Amino acid sequence: MTIQFGNPDRPNSYIGKTVPRPNAPRLVQGRGRFVDDVALPRMAHVAFVRSPYAHARIGTIDAGAAKAVKGVLRVFTGADLAEVCTPWVAVLAHLKGLKSPPQHAIAIERACWVGEPVAAVVATTRAAAEEAASLVEVDYEALPVVTDMMSALDETTPVIHPDLGDNLAFRRLHEEGDVEGAFAGAHTVVSARFRTARHTGVTLEPRSILVDWNPAEGQMVAWHATQAPHMMQTVFAKHLDIPESRVRVICGDVGGSYGIKVHVYPDEVATAAIAKVMGRPVKFVADRLESFTTDIHARDHVIDARLAVDEAGKILAMDVDDWTGIGPYSVYPRTSAIEGNQVVNLCGGPYDFANYRARTTVVFQNKTPTCQYRAVGHPIAVAITEGLVDMAAAELGIDPVEMRRRNVYPDDAYPVTSPAKMRFEGLSHQASLDKLVALMDYEALRKDQAEARARGVHRGIGIASFIELTNPSPFMYGIGGARISAQDGCTVRMDPDGSVVALSGVTEQGQGTEAMLAQIVAEGVGVTPDKVRIVTGDTQVTPYGGGTWASRGAGIGGEAALQASRALRDSILEVAAAMLQSEPGRLDIRAGAIVDPETGEERLSLEELGRIVYFRGDTLPKGLPRELVQTRHFITSDYPFAFTNGVQASYLEVDVETGVVTLLKHWCVEDCGRIINPQLVDEQIRGGIVQGLGGALYEEIHYDEDGQLINGSMADYLVPMAAEMPDMIVGHVETPTKESLLGAKGAGEAGTAGAPAAVMNAINDALRPLGARVTEMPFTPERILRALGKIEG
Amino acid sequence: MTEIVRDRIDVALVVNGEPVEARVPVGQHLIDFLRLELGLTGAHASCEHGVCGACTIRVNGEAVRGCLTLAAQADGAEVWTVEGLTDTGAIADLQAEFVSRNALQCGFCTPGMLVAADELLARGGVPSRGEVREHLSGNYCRCTGYEAIVDAVEAVATARAGGDARTGEGGA
Repeated sequence: MTIQFGNPDRPNSYIGKTVPRPNAPRLVQGRGRFVDDVALPRMAHVAFVRSPYAHARIGTIDAGAAKAVKGVLRVFTGADLAEVCTPWVAVLAHLKGLKSPPQHAIAIERACWVGEPVAAVVATTRAAAEEAASLVEVDYEALPVVTDMMSALDETTPVIHPDLGDNLAFRRLHEEGDVEGAFAGAHTVVSARFRTARHTGVTLEPRSILVDWNPAEGQMVAWHATQAPHMMQTVFAKHLDIPESRVRVICGDVGGSYGIKVHVYPDEVATAAIAKVMGRPVKFVADRLESFTTDIHARDHVIDARLAVDEAGKILAMDVDDWTGIGPYSVYPRTSAIEGNQVVNLCGGPYDFANYRARTTVVFQNKTPTCQYRAVGHPIAVAITEGLVDMAAAELGIDPVEMRRRNVYPDDAYPVTSPAKMRFEGLSHQASLDKLVALMDYEALRKDQAEARARGVHRGIGIASFIELTNPSPFMYGIGGARISAQDGCTVRMDPDGSVVALSGVTEQGQGTEAMLAQIVAEGVGVTPDKVRIVTGDTQVTPYGGGTWASRGAGIGGEAALQASRALRDSILEVAAAMLQSEPGRLDIRAGAIVDPETGEERLSLEELGRIVYFRGDTLPKGLPRELVQTRHFITSDYPFAFTNGVQASYLEVDVETGVVTLLKHWCVEDCGRIINPQLVDEQIRGGIVQGLGGALYEEIHYDEDGQLINGSMADYLVPMAAEMPDMIVGHVETPTKESLLGAKGAGEAGTAGAPAAVMNAINDALRPLGARVTEMPFTPERILRALGKIEG
Repeated sequence: MTEIVRDRIDVALVVNGEPVEARVPVGQHLIDFLRLELGLTGAHASCEHGVCGACTIRVNGEAVRGCLTLAAQADGAEVWTVEGLTDTGAIADLQAEFVSRNALQCGFCTPGMLVAADELLARGGVPSRGEVREHLSGNYCRCTGYEAIVDAVEAVATARAGGDARTGEGGA
């Protein structure tokens, strides 16, 4: 069975075309249904009392005044919830040495970061719950605070969790080849200290959950803004002692996720536990300060790195020492060691070289826990790699594009294994670079830059090649013991009127999952996309699956949908052949009708076939299979991950008097394999780029030395707004993966992976004639002016 | 919340063309009144301090922050939310352009974004891309990167200026 993807005129050719998203009209009309839009009879609201200390012993909790507030139903402490909810430990066996202490839904003895839940107040209205929460008196005893990551392992630094022995959560050293020898014999060595700031996702919809427990049925239903409903089903079942079959997680519209909503949050588990205790629906919606102090953070890294090259610019060796602070707990169940681990896996990714050493050191501290956020580790690894490559190119007087051409894996070299031991099935760095240079008219841009410079205007061009990890197999989490599915499934059925319903385990948070699946099912079965109804995000009805993360929706969920659709097509044709006294191989389904494939002549509508199967089955031959529901699952098995690649470019202007960077334009050429919907892919790239630009220029969570988060509002934590963002040109190269019929890899994180490095290189390209360089993100006016020596300190 | 804030006040306003009378807590924000009391869940509460624009609604012809306006302040006001603007067809062209250009992803910011964009479009003429970006810079979108939104607003402005017969409210 093959599909002639190369032929745009093939029948039912919906894969590869821009078709509208079926869920978009609902959202533009304000008819979305987000968790906070759902209200149930007898629904109560929970608000949390949160630690104002970064580290403190919890003494007595006096809820007397809180309970006196009108509308308050109940107050829970950590000890109360520990009776119904077991703690968790976020370690994975394949991340050797990773340690983390047991974490409870509500802290019991100690609070370990500002914002950790210490008590919960349940009331009939959110306003009453919030008011009462502010009246709960907690007797705290302040404990020593650890904030600085680089001194977290010093002997004089207090140990946050004495039972663990030290503040080291995880360390991994990877060494390949003769690194010291290569550096010793190199023509040129460049080195720098890079820093990526602590970010958070700032989903516009705050974390939200509404949980109902029906004790009569022993059934829990959670309306949850999550990326991974089945994972949450498993978590609730395990820690609240309920059979998995009695936990239903419904994930309706989700207002942005970006990795933030794929983790287990103590307050959300607490909400479920409280609903179970109280036997009534309980809603929790984080407010914005809670979002800043309790949504996971990410990317808080300091990296010393160096690169050795020969006189022609050929990379000989790379040496990376990465440090990151993850807060007081590794986050359940994915763990907080993955990001550092990714830095080790991804540095140097595009380049063909032999000698590589990378170490990551992951330490505990009294700040908000960090975990996986869009493009996990990629923006860090790409910034390190591309920053060093540009420094080496400048040192040798080689053009940055030429420098990359000399070092990327040739497009005909695959499959290859990188010095980080990543296996690449097929990438297109050379073709992508060629396409980028043409798209941006690189020569003309260099000319414009030179003319501007002559006028005293400092413009810069920055290039960043990158790889992106997508379509993960169980090698990402499953082998370590996490109950996180790398497999995904799809059930496709034909209803009596010939329309089609597909139920998928992957989820939608705005990426266009439903559109992508509708296109695949339409093509796979042979109906028009408007005849396909997609259902996602309900563990009671969809096949078990991992959900949407690590850019797996199209590559994994899409392939399951394609295979299920083709199976349904076969079933339909089997029935049709019996009805038409033909053979399945001599019939086709096109636009909702059984046709003669040679002439295209309609023989039978699906509506008529449906009528016969469902209502006049007596007229079909006895024993004829009539299974108009088909389920297929898909998991990758040849490669642990399907890597994609791409290259980005930034053109910008630096005001050397004010330090302000103005983005003029941005380009990205990327290769996500088979493109299912060009518009949706482009928009994923654009949105991802802007998220990366935020990290490059604005985003930084600040803490003071006491561990207080000091910019916890949208007014103080800056994110990209429309006025500052550039227009973006997006191009594609398509190298389908051979692991699936569909050939799709992921596209959701490429933009974020490469944008910060492109901006950094562009700023440094602009500043180079002035002898200045920046490598600490975000590149604020202050940092740029310091680099220029215009302000001291 | 003090006792004073818990006091209630009678308000009478017109929401999406329908008269509404209610007794509201004086401290209740207009966005919460619309969402909780009237079931108009299109506009969203997100930052709750006037930065992100997800709660943007039209009050007496102007795009305002529902999270910075008290319900009590809306006494006597004419309020339009995305639901009402949808029902009247006032922003149908803008909504269609958002859909066809995929100028929304998760859709959480979109109701507010549409009201803000409509305010600019109601001024007439064809704003430059820079003007569109500037006007929308109080509306935060974490998904799209803004370009498709700017494209959509630009396209609608161009279409409306090109002899389109539409005469929207306040189109001066």
